[in-house]
Amino acid sequence: MIYEAGKYDVVVVGAGHAGCEAALASARIGCQTLLVTLNIEGIALMPCNPSIGGPAKAQLVREIDALGGEMGVNVDETAIQMRVINTGKGPAVQALRAQADKHKYQEAMTRTLFNSENLDLLMAEVTDIESEDGKVTAIVTRTGAKYECKAIVVTSGTYLKGKIIIGDLVYEGGPGNQFPAIGLSESLEKMGIQLERFKTGTPPRIDRKSVDFSKMIEQPGDEQPLRFSFISPEEKKDQISCWLTHSNIETHGIVMDNIERAPLFSGIIKGKGPRYCPSFEDKVVRFSHKEAHQLFVEPEGIDNDEMYVQGLNTSMPEDVQISVLRSIPGLENVRIIRTGYAIEYDHVISSQLKLTLESKKIEGLFTAGQLNGTSGYEEAAAQGLVAGINAALKVKEREPFVLKRSEAYIGVLIDDLVTKDIDEPYRLLTSRSEYRLLLRQDNADLRLCEKGRAIGLVKDDRWEIFQEKRRKVEEGVAFLKETTVSPSNEKVSGMFEEKNTPGLRDRISLWALLRRPEIKLDDLVKLGFVEPEHPDIMEQLEIQAKYEGYINKQQEQVKRFEKMEEKQIPPDIDYKDVYGLSNEALQKLTAVRPVSIGQASRVAGVSPADINVLLIYMEKKRRK
Amino acid sequence: MRSDNIVALSTPSGEAGIGVIRLSGETVIQEIDRVFLPFKEGALLQEKSGYTLNLGWILDEKGYRIDQVLVGVMKEPRSYTGENVIEINCHGGSMPVRRCLERCLELGIRMAEPGEFTKRAFLNGRLDLSQAEAVIDVIRAKTDRGLKLAMEQLEGVNSRYIVEIEEDLLRVNAMVEASIDFPDDVGDLDNEEARALLQGVIETMDRFLEAGKRGQIYRDGASIAICGKPNVGKSSLLNVLVRKEKAIVTEIPGTTRDVIEEYINIKGIPVKVMDTAGIHVTEDFVEKLGIERSLSAIEKADVVLFLLDMGSGLTEEDLQIINKIDKKHLMILVNKEDLEEKKIDEGEIENRFPGIRVIRGSVKEETGIEDLENALKQFFLQGVSGQDELEIMMNIRHQKALVKSRQHVKAVIDVLEVVTLDCLAVDLQESLVYLGEITGKTLKEEAIERIFHDFCIGK
Repeated sequence: MIYEAGKYDVVVVGAGHAGCEAALASARIGCQTLLVTLNIEGIALMPCNPSIGGPAKAQLVREIDALGGEMGVNVDETAIQMRVINTGKGPAVQALRAQADKHKYQEAMTRTLFNSENLDLLMAEVTDIESEDGKVTAIVTRTGAKYECKAIVVTSGTYLKGKIIIGDLVYEGGPGNQFPAIGLSESLEKMGIQLERFKTGTPPRIDRKSVDFSKMIEQPGDEQPLRFSFISPEEKKDQISCWLTHSNIETHGIVMDNIERAPLFSGIIKGKGPRYCPSFEDKVVRFSHKEAHQLFVEPEGIDNDEMYVQGLNTSMPEDVQISVLRSIPGLENVRIIRTGYAIEYDHVISSQLKLTLESKKIEGLFTAGQLNGTSGYEEAAAQGLVAGINAALKVKEREPFVLKRSEAYIGVLIDDLVTKDIDEPYRLLTSRSEYRLLLRQDNADLRLCEKGRAIGLVKDDRWEIFQEKRRKVEEGVAFLKETTVSPSNEKVSGMFEEKNTPGLRDRISLWALLRRPEIKLDDLVKLGFVEPEHPDIMEQLEIQAKYEGYINKQQEQVKRFEKMEEKQIPPDIDYKDVYGLSNEALQKLTAVRPVSIGQASRVAGVSPADINVLLIYMEKKRRK
Repeated sequence: MRSDNIVALSTPSGEAGIGVIRLSGETVIQEIDRVFLPFKEGALLQEKSGYTLNLGWILDEKGYRIDQVLVGVMKEPRSYTGENVIEINCHGGSMPVRRCLERCLELGIRMAEPGEFTKRAFLNGRLDLSQAEAVIDVIRAKTDRGLKLAMEQLEGVNSRYIVEIEEDLLRVNAMVEASIDFPDDVGDLDNEEARALLQGVIETMDRFLEAGKRGQIYRDGASIAICGKPNVGKSSLLNVLVRKEKAIVTEIPGTTRDVIEEYINIKGIPVKVMDTAGIHVTEDFVEKLGIERSLSAIEKADVVLFLLDMGSGLTEEDLQIINKIDKKHLMILVNKEDLEEKKIDEGEIENRFPGIRVIRGSVKEETGIEDLENALKQFFLQGVSGQDELEIMMNIRHQKALVKSRQHVKAVIDVLEVVTLDCLAVDLQESLVYLGEITGKTLKEEAIERIFHDFCIGK
């Protein structure tokens, strides 16, 4: 029996990392929002590794933060370790990585949701989405509650027809033994949304008390206080270490002896898994010449003895998992708390989406997160934010929000999803961005905060902190460019002598001085040329001065790239009229319907020759 | 866009087994139906499906049969140009072909411009950019050697070479990217391995650029100005060269009566030979004008071939003329070697003009001509290393792209240990983008604009 339960502007289905951002964004923009989750205790669950950040992902978190999202603040509050990785490889690829206390992370996010205006939470399974004339109208729960709404964001993660696989044991289930979502797949397919199966997996969790850390290498956090969000308080917190150990030939032998019991090879697993995050048995088979694989033993929380074995994703039978673990130094007497498993699930073929993450077919239906075929908490949160923003903007009849590839990793992520062939769970990498040098974690706020403000997500407190930073950076740049030093200046010549490098020949600005690799902004502070400022400001000034040449080069590339991005393809184009397109290009272009020549050129199966044909077609039409 | 109908003779004019007239355009099939009498009565070409051959006659305006022909019908888009195409196979011999062609023109179909069928093929997406560019080179090729290189370019031989370079660059790129995105698994970049790969890339690029320059000479050709005092044998030399090497037919007429131009093929290189008027001191206005023109021809030529007369020796007049010539371009042919009475001593010229190539021979007896041609070829290709066997033709756009790509590779090598990986990656990417312009992987709007420009679309 279906009954009318209420009316909302936006309904978000699923409260994982995508759903939380989507619901908060929608509510904060001012839409009456309902967040429906299978399990209130499962909000912002981290069913895989306990870390957030790392290359490309740290940039995403900073971007989410700059736009007024929640992930950065939440992980800062609940982190038990912070490290900057890739420090020697340049500012563009440096990345912050945090180990979060999983339970605290969930608690903090749940609290934020409950404290949010315009946002209601509901524990239920959504089994049906109703639509009329190709436009969503309502959701219906398993218990018959019908909520009318103007837009829906589905962020059902890996729950859709979720199937857990451990050895030859197969059962229906969501991650971390949550309930799966059964009805929703059919409802989506009924509306004409195409789904496919992906697979992912996790390693076993082990009991801290059973680990001998003396045989492992300690991986402590960084000393200085670090944070993702520029509005988080700066405080130095106690940090908990991770531990490094390695598999060995004996370990690999155990895997090979039991390989016929591995569902990955026995044919039980059919979904495609991520190449960038392979299961351990896959690594052993594919890299049989390697005698050792790295394994990181990571704490899952402070008041929690569970530890995560990074690098040991597996769906081997439980007894094999135990033997494998016990062959590893430090884990000889290990006890498993949770068994590793693989999970297969339905995902939406993401080329069915617009750049706003709205379905091309059903108006008002947005999808985000792992449901769209991505992997990773950060990728999910970023999409959730964009989908939530666009759902709310649609309800408010405002212009949609799309980030360009040259503006943000979020733009790269979504453009890739919508445009490219996604045939494995998609993980964002810095190399997926053409303009990495511009999309740094240190300047995410300078790139995006203003946009977040315009949308209405960046509230006054955040906006003031940002404006203050921006003002100080601008003043700092002006000061460094205006202030010059002469070769006869004793302080300067003394510094060069000390560093044993050739001195100045002409009077130059401090800005130019900073371009020398051996001169740091700190040196100029020590000499009294520059007043010390907050480390964030100092970092920004130093990067802008030191990398100016390369940054300019990259900006030139962006200009060239924008020319193609700005060449709009007429929305009513019939690709059948374009003589000379290859068959594959014809099909793909008709399916993706790219908005610009730039986007068209990234569609898989569309060759530059096809683009030439398309350009000529458009040029001929224009000249007609 | 629908295009008008064009026609051209696609086999060489003159006596031949058959002659083929090709037509392309929206309504060519209907047009030819108006003048085609099918063998089987009432069978209209427009009702035939594509790829059919139809026997019948082409009729003149009074209905008389001009020739029995086979008419090929190819329907859009499945034809060379992507438009409706008709091919009329007439009997060879100039009359039937000419009459059939004229008949097409009478129907209001216009003669195709040179390369217009290819242009349409490109615009209709039947050829890609590199192929179209290569076709332009094929059309412009003036010698067999040039044609061969242009054809290889059309077949993508160049791209295959470039792909080898690209693979090495991609390998370095992968090393850099892996180190950045998978720091836990991969660790730091191996600078020495990267350097070795990049050095190899630079060396290969240099080889290509040198070979490309040689190819450019085969395509674009070179020029010679023949000069010397009156009656030294300039015109005879020109005649000998033209007769021996079959002059290349050209539409460009001699610019003045004073400078006669001929196009000949010297060892595969298309060469413009200019026979200048005698240069001497004169008060005559008309003659003065001629001499000025000769001097300007001398300035423009790649090689100035100065003829000396063995019989009269090195005169004051010779020296006056030689002094006006830039020694960089100078080559001396000592003519009339067959004379008994030699007025020029062995080694005298060489001593007077050190470093200048001197050839001896007799235009009249046609001796030394082979030496001269070899010397000329060597001269044209000088500055371009001749050691390498690699033969490629590269158009200017590709050459520029390769030079750009090389600059970026060099930029990476220069700062390999100094600059951080994120910055190295910028130049590495750029080098790949420019290489992609050659292989066609990089979209280059300018290139397409260029083609639009060359093909005068919309006019």
